[in-house]
Amino acid sequence: MSAGTNKLNVTVTEVVAVNELVKRFHFERTDGGNLPTFSGGAHVVVEMRDGDITRLNPYSLMSSPLSTRDYTISVRRDDVGRGGSLFMHNRVKRGMEMVISYPVNLFSLDLRARKHLMIAGGIGITPFLAQTAQLASYGGNFELHYTCRSEALGSYTEVLRERYGNRVNLYYDEHNERIPLERLLATQPLGTHIYVCGPAGMIKWVRDTAGAHGWPDDSVHYEHFAAPQPGTPFDVKLAVSGLEIRVGEQQSLLEAIEAAGVDPPYLCRGGVCGQCETNVISYDGTFKHNDHWLSDEEHCSGKKIMPCVSRFEGRSLVLER
Amino acid sequence: MKTILSRPVYGTLSPQAGKSHLLIADAEGASAILDLAKKAPEDFFAHAHIMFIPGRTGDSFQASLKALKPAQYYEGPSVAAALPRLNWTLANAHMGLRMYLAGTEGLIGQMMQAAIEAGIDPASIQTEHRGSWARRIQCVHCKGITENVTTQPATCSHCGLLLLVRDHYSKRHAAFQGVCINAEDPTEIPQTEEIFR
Amino acid sequence: MGINFRKETFRDDFTFRNSPENIRRFPFPYHEDAYMYSVNIEPHVPGPKNSVFEHLVDVDEHYVSEMQDRAMVLAEDPLRCQSLPHMTLAGWDLLELLMTEKAASYPEHFSLTREGDRWHWINRPLGIDDTFTFGDVSTLPYGPMEYITRQSQGDFAILDQRDNNLWMDAGMITTQADWSLDFDIGMNFFEWHAPVPLAHEMGVFTRALKFLTNIQQGKPARRLNWTMTINPRLDTSPENFHKWGSDRLTVTPENVGEKVHLRVELQSFWRLPRSNALVFPIRCYLLKMDELVTVPKWARRFHRVLRDLPVELAEYKGLTRYRQTTVEWLSKYDDGAPTSPGFSPD
Repeated sequence: MSAGTNKLNVTVTEVVAVNELVKRFHFERTDGGNLPTFSGGAHVVVEMRDGDITRLNPYSLMSSPLSTRDYTISVRRDDVGRGGSLFMHNRVKRGMEMVISYPVNLFSLDLRARKHLMIAGGIGITPFLAQTAQLASYGGNFELHYTCRSEALGSYTEVLRERYGNRVNLYYDEHNERIPLERLLATQPLGTHIYVCGPAGMIKWVRDTAGAHGWPDDSVHYEHFAAPQPGTPFDVKLAVSGLEIRVGEQQSLLEAIEAAGVDPPYLCRGGVCGQCETNVISYDGTFKHNDHWLSDEEHCSGKKIMPCVSRFEGRSLVLER
Repeated sequence: MKTILSRPVYGTLSPQAGKSHLLIADAEGASAILDLAKKAPEDFFAHAHIMFIPGRTGDSFQASLKALKPAQYYEGPSVAAALPRLNWTLANAHMGLRMYLAGTEGLIGQMMQAAIEAGIDPASIQTEHRGSWARRIQCVHCKGITENVTTQPATCSHCGLLLLVRDHYSKRHAAFQGVCINAEDPTEIPQTEEIFR
Repeated sequence: MGINFRKETFRDDFTFRNSPENIRRFPFPYHEDAYMYSVNIEPHVPGPKNSVFEHLVDVDEHYVSEMQDRAMVLAEDPLRCQSLPHMTLAGWDLLELLMTEKAASYPEHFSLTREGDRWHWINRPLGIDDTFTFGDVSTLPYGPMEYITRQSQGDFAILDQRDNNLWMDAGMITTQADWSLDFDIGMNFFEWHAPVPLAHEMGVFTRALKFLTNIQQGKPARRLNWTMTINPRLDTSPENFHKWGSDRLTVTPENVGEKVHLRVELQSFWRLPRSNALVFPIRCYLLKMDELVTVPKWARRFHRVLRDLPVELAEYKGLTRYRQTTVEWLSKYDDGAPTSPGFSPD
């Protein structure tokens, strides 16, 4: 049995410009009816058909899990990425039909927690919008610390303040405000869990500082989907299927494998879930690992690669696919 | 010895990164704290609370434990007597607290049970076994707990059934499981051996 | 039409029987004349009409009587149903799953009407008609898991998923084979399977955990497991082992057909949407040897499976004391003729 998810046919019912960089998209089931229930922290993989290219990007659901009439996601425009966010910003319009995956949660709340301490940076706020709605519905104990570049670029700051008052703490780079992490970590009651979503540097800062303060790893949760990076094209031999493929500059290795008709399982396409882990049979060159799944030793071993986000440079690469 | 995955595995105490430290020991477990002290950074005990139940070791460890100059020191006659203080301490503690439990399986199990109940993540707790291997067992039939079991099989001190003492262990009950050893044929009475010392 | 629910007992006078139609839908677990342990997981999708797989949540003629037996077990020992405090949300998930599946598959017996959070549930076989607020425990007579599993055949284990493991944090376990919910609640996947011999060394549980933690919403899976029971007793719990263990000594060549039962567990695995927990319904089906031999292919095959079963497996399943007597009795129904491949009766 292969892992993976069912698909949903949806229609875009609304596209809202939140600010100069972020747009929000609303999806409803094309056949009417409710979407599947989900839990705060879940994401969906959105299929973007752009001519011959199909891009599949994960986005956190930000709508309340209490309402499954529609799903909403927010997408930050990335002008130098591989084009997924630009496709969403420039091509997706109200009324368009799209395909998304069933929700998958790789950033679930630990429901045993006596308190949930949430730390968000920039567009990393989206899973917390769903999680806070879920917790608030049954009086859960949470506190949110959210840092943005500027007031103009702070998405959903007002709506969060309005909903949850002083449980929401905002920090703006333009005013030189910074999350007082050390003080926060020192004053939490036993049984507090910390959740962080934002840029890689922020996640590392929170994890390292929490570790140094004696927080066990199991109480520090983070989600960081890596985006596949563009790079030099390279050739790959798929030993099991007997195919030779070329990975284009703007294509991920996983996308190139799929384009050749081979379908490895996946859940996140962001180097987190581990589903598409692939054995390397032989290689002559250098891996450009970009995932959070394999250990440092595995990255150095030359035996495994996560094709959703990692690339290769060199003369030859043979994979067990 | 062959064992199973629910059976607790005990390690060696070592100082952990943390804001405060709670060390609890009974009897020979005190020597595990003294061994940890040799590896501890200078200000470690300035943020430490030691709780000690001397039991059969009498007053042989008090002086050395006090000499570590912990911020708080407690000595008590039994686990039951120490629990109210432990529960109060945990209710007022913050994340960043590390726990160190040393001594008999009964002490380690019951203190860990109270700590998990208070919301501590088991990953914040280190354990080291010293002293007796006597077991606490829960009778699966009547649910009564029998303390200080040293034999296989053992008689349940509540319902009197003859129990096979399994290696299957529950952190929540802080006890091993006891299951009737001659349920199929109650006339079979196996030999009793002293094996948990 | 609908199901003709039997009135019968699973204790004391043991009046449990299968109707001829029900015998033919029994999930016979051997697809060939030998049994090999395997993980044998497949997608849990609706199967052929008149099989236990026809609907994802099966209700059969024993429903009402099994629920009465469960109520008796719980009255004697309420610890068979427990839920740690953080599992209430998963209980609501399970309530929704079982109510929607039952109402969709058996509209003549069950109905569910929802208006926002206001739910109206009718269970005709058990005479229940309740209106409650979804998510509000004060509007139900029990917690959500207990409420719905008092109305659903089979045991239920709910597993919290965290730290790359599964934690047995809630369950309704009244028909179990040799494990105690009260003892095992709160354990992780490896801890609660710790007593199973050999499988850990084979890496079975490491692989199974990896598979289970990746089960996604809308894509449940299932497998079959089997053992044998003397008398059609549902409550073969370790709690009461000292009361039923001696049943195993009562088998004689004269009473095998009536006393010895093949016991098949249909285990299924589902992701729950709000809590991100997993639920494992473990549904038990019993078949008397007298009933089994009414299907000649099953009689031949079960005789061969039981005769050739490795000793360790027979010991682990608790069959040792009556296996030989049963094999001899079954041999009368095995003429040595070849059997067709697959599970189904010919």
